[in-house]
Amino acid sequence: MSNKLAKKYFRMDKLPHIWCPGCGHGILMRSVIQAIDNLGLNKDKVCVVSGIGCSSRAPGYLDFNTLHTTHGRALAFATGIKMANPDLHVIVVTGDGDSAAIGGNHLIHAARRNIDITTVVFNNNIYGMTGGQYSPTTPTGDKGTTAPYGNIDKNFDLCKLAKGAGSTYTGRATAYHANLITKLVQKGIENKGFSFIEALSVCPTYYGRKNKKGDASDMMKHLKDASINVKAIKNKTNENLEDKIIIGELYNSQEPEYTEQYKKIINRFKKER
Amino acid sequence: MATVMEKELIINKKWCKGCGICVNFCPKDVLELKNGIVNVKDESSCIKCGLCELRCPDYAIYLGGLEDGEE
Repeated sequence: MSNKLAKKYFRMDKLPHIWCPGCGHGILMRSVIQAIDNLGLNKDKVCVVSGIGCSSRAPGYLDFNTLHTTHGRALAFATGIKMANPDLHVIVVTGDGDSAAIGGNHLIHAARRNIDITTVVFNNNIYGMTGGQYSPTTPTGDKGTTAPYGNIDKNFDLCKLAKGAGSTYTGRATAYHANLITKLVQKGIENKGFSFIEALSVCPTYYGRKNKKGDASDMMKHLKDASINVKAIKNKTNENLEDKIIIGELYNSQEPEYTEQYKKIINRFKKER
Repeated sequence: MATVMEKELIINKKWCKGCGICVNFCPKDVLELKNGIVNVKDESSCIKCGLCELRCPDYAIYLGGLEDGEE
């Protein structure tokens, strides 16, 4: 990242960050910043909220209004922020464990309400910070410290979950496709409603080592080889997509936004007075 | 404004953790790891594509230019 961009958006005294060598989160954080820079948003009008976990360290390095909250509750805090300050651009940076396990309920309800929050999930398929326990997105059969013989749970498809719960914008990209993340986050911020972006990261320290996936570069190469853009499979029905990561803009629609609906109620009673 | 080819590779050695992503994804094999830190092996073949900058998780390598306000 260029010095100019870094000095503009980072708390320089907090860097270098604490993420492990080769962790994909740094790439994803850069992509999010690039999206904010491309949109030319006023720094004081952006609020970045996170929960607990490796991913949730991100707001500590970012020079916006930031909030580091309790485990899984980033979306609950973000809902409060958005209700109190509807003109803020609220961006939630969260992890797979944070958003899909302990915060799963907050995720589905924020999506159901279609509140104008952009959620970026840094999905590294494992609980990295606490030592490599399997998470709801650890693929079936893969190992973690709490699943030494392989995980028997079926993993979540987070984008389908968000869409099913009512999110009006969903997209997926990987740390290898850094520019696509930027594009999706940009469109997510522009979308008036709940936007959900799943950003696949790499965790060479825990997930990679436990599952013999090689080093950071090998894992990045895997993301590249396993990904297929949703546009490329549009008119193909019999393609084998079992082990593929489908990336790109997956869903985009327009629904009434929560804070606007809330304001309408307030205005209705103001008139009656 | 400086053109792309006038830009130069700048490495912040304090921030590099030696993960090797930039080395492995460089299309022209310009970079290497030296004592666990990234090092420019062959600057003359660099095409200034900026992929190292895009993929560096630690913001330790980037294309800098005069307008970037480098020290």
